[in-house]
Amino acid sequence: MLEALEGSAAVARAVARCRPGVVAAYPITPQTHIVENISKLVADGKLHTELVSVESEFSAASVALGASAAGSRAYTASSSQGILLMTEVLFNISGMRLPVVLTCANRAIGAPINIWNDHSDSMAVRDCGWIQLHCADNQEAVDTSIQAFRIAEAAELPVMVCMDGFVLTHTLETLEIPDQDMVDQYLPPFHFGRMLDPRNPLSLGTLVGPEYFSETRHLAHQALLDAASIIVDADRQWQELSGRSAGGLLTVEGPKDARIGVLAMGSLVSTFRAAMEGTQTSAPGRLINLRAFRPLPVDSLRQACDGLSDLVVVDRAISPGFGGVLGGEIRAALSGMTQAPRIHNVAIGLGGRDVPMEMWGRLLNVPAEDAGFRILDLEPAKLGDAS
Amino acid sequence: MNQTPNDPRSRQPRFRGLEAGHRACQGCGEALAARLVTEAAGPDVILTNATGCLEVFTTSWPQSAWRVPWLHSLFENSAAIASGVEAALKAQGRRSKVIAMGGDGGTFDIGFQALSGMLERMHNVLYVCYDNEAYMNTGIQRSSSTPHAAMTTTSPPGKERMGKRHLKKDLLSIIAAHHIPYAASASVAYPQDLRRKVRRAMEIDGPTFLLVHSPCPLGWGHDGSETIQVARLAVQCGLFPLVELERGEVASVMPLRQKAPVTEYLRLQTRFRHLFVDDDHRAREEREHLQALADYNVERYGLTGDGDDPFDADGADTVRRGGPARA
Repeated sequence: MLEALEGSAAVARAVARCRPGVVAAYPITPQTHIVENISKLVADGKLHTELVSVESEFSAASVALGASAAGSRAYTASSSQGILLMTEVLFNISGMRLPVVLTCANRAIGAPINIWNDHSDSMAVRDCGWIQLHCADNQEAVDTSIQAFRIAEAAELPVMVCMDGFVLTHTLETLEIPDQDMVDQYLPPFHFGRMLDPRNPLSLGTLVGPEYFSETRHLAHQALLDAASIIVDADRQWQELSGRSAGGLLTVEGPKDARIGVLAMGSLVSTFRAAMEGTQTSAPGRLINLRAFRPLPVDSLRQACDGLSDLVVVDRAISPGFGGVLGGEIRAALSGMTQAPRIHNVAIGLGGRDVPMEMWGRLLNVPAEDAGFRILDLEPAKLGDAS
Repeated sequence: MNQTPNDPRSRQPRFRGLEAGHRACQGCGEALAARLVTEAAGPDVILTNATGCLEVFTTSWPQSAWRVPWLHSLFENSAAIASGVEAALKAQGRRSKVIAMGGDGGTFDIGFQALSGMLERMHNVLYVCYDNEAYMNTGIQRSSSTPHAAMTTTSPPGKERMGKRHLKKDLLSIIAAHHIPYAASASVAYPQDLRRKVRRAMEIDGPTFLLVHSPCPLGWGHDGSETIQVARLAVQCGLFPLVELERGEVASVMPLRQKAPVTEYLRLQTRFRHLFVDDDHRAREEREHLQALADYNVERYGLTGDGDDPFDADGADTVRRGGPARA
């Protein structure tokens, strides 16, 4: 049944369908509505879970860690400064191979303080060993949230579901919350083989010296790489049940003969989809929607770029002193590819700057400008004396 | 109720949560305290452990000295991961008790917020702080639990300084302000008292807290064989009072029958060596300052009590060998 729901409410309902044993809740704009909605579901008796209202994001991630280690399906959500505060724990969760699921309502990082959307937060924890999946719209956020538990538990890796703050979290969309039977069929009860249990006392989180440490890093890397096929399977099986795919590792959209491609993540993809449908553009463009940022699907990316002369990588996070984070990643991924496209990298929509549909046409023009990395929607007049 | 060699209870093997063969220093107060706590708590527990000596010396992969389930994550989140474990047990209908552990660094300082959150949310967790009064794992740096005037590598004495300039944080009073069902201080020098306090905390369905004074021979600068003597003098001089709190109110104290002067305690440890330099008026002043702090504790908790008390610090817990205790 289709409903009109705010993105945060929809994600809260989807998470509730997954029957989490423990939810750790701490507010931060623009994630707050998710934990508020979950709290209300608990208060109304519609969700039976141990809701732990912690005193910081650091403890939110820590509670999820402890709950997962003790064998419960654990969930939390955050944004921006909250993601940074829990960074140390995020590394710990993945290092201990605990299948925690976290929603990141993507938001810029200060200073200057800014509560609006970009991808600086999840990009800042790029190397924390979590699977990172991006959502183009709120239906994808719902479906990805459900898939996330299945992926996490199959891979024994934590999953970060990235959804753009405000653009998705605070936007009403018509979407479908799958019924409980369907989710139960898709997501079996959580059984954790390394659970803390006095009958089988394990030591988790022990000291590992140089004689074993490289091997733990190798295994972590391998687990992330192996998760690619788990992500594909989880999406395919969800599609069989629900009729909807949430995008696998990536999707390729637009005319087959397009020579210029645009690669983007998150809600920009929806903006560009609409632009492709609704307007005549200067040149036909191929849209590559990268859903899985970690693991980065190198082979799929190369296939997606087949036949392109130029690829414009659109960033919503910059690494000062280098350029776009995603741009650097895609360059590395396509390096050595025979007939690789020329790669152009721009950042747009930082700190919530509006990205109108006309941006699609402008992006397709970027190869002709041939100008190196830049913030494309910069307004130089506002730089004042600093320019 | 002293046990004799023929008492069946003395032949019953004691449960050991922390096995021998770990890598602690000789005379380590923390290792002893952890053994006593886990012995008294029994096998049906799940432990969480802050980063620190205890984690390092017990679990060098692929070995572990723990015979109970044990979880270490970070320096500052032992109380928070314990909250998560406890929530999960509740969700699953399991009844095992969760014990969170940390040193004074992980408890007084970097893990303080997580601890306060855990107490405020009333998780059914016993938090045990092994208080050795400095960051020992990183090589003896001052913590907020380090006593006034003590020498550490970040509070060295010199021409301008007499060791730590600040006071030992009164953590127990802060814990008391959470009005949790039970909180207590204990010492490795009084194992029976420590075990009793652990058992008491284990029976309570709610947050409880134990502060266990645990000498560190390396950090305090005394011989490993003197750990118990040093710990006992800390109690007897009044610098480390043994008290029990219920809902934040003092419920009982271990009385001092013969109060020792603080110098007797300080003199055994090289961390206070600079307080015994001849003809240094600063040394005398700091000794007097520490004596005043001890006197304040004695008065505040009424440690000298009144009349004969068989359970005083001298008699309650002395380990006796070769026969029953004196009447």
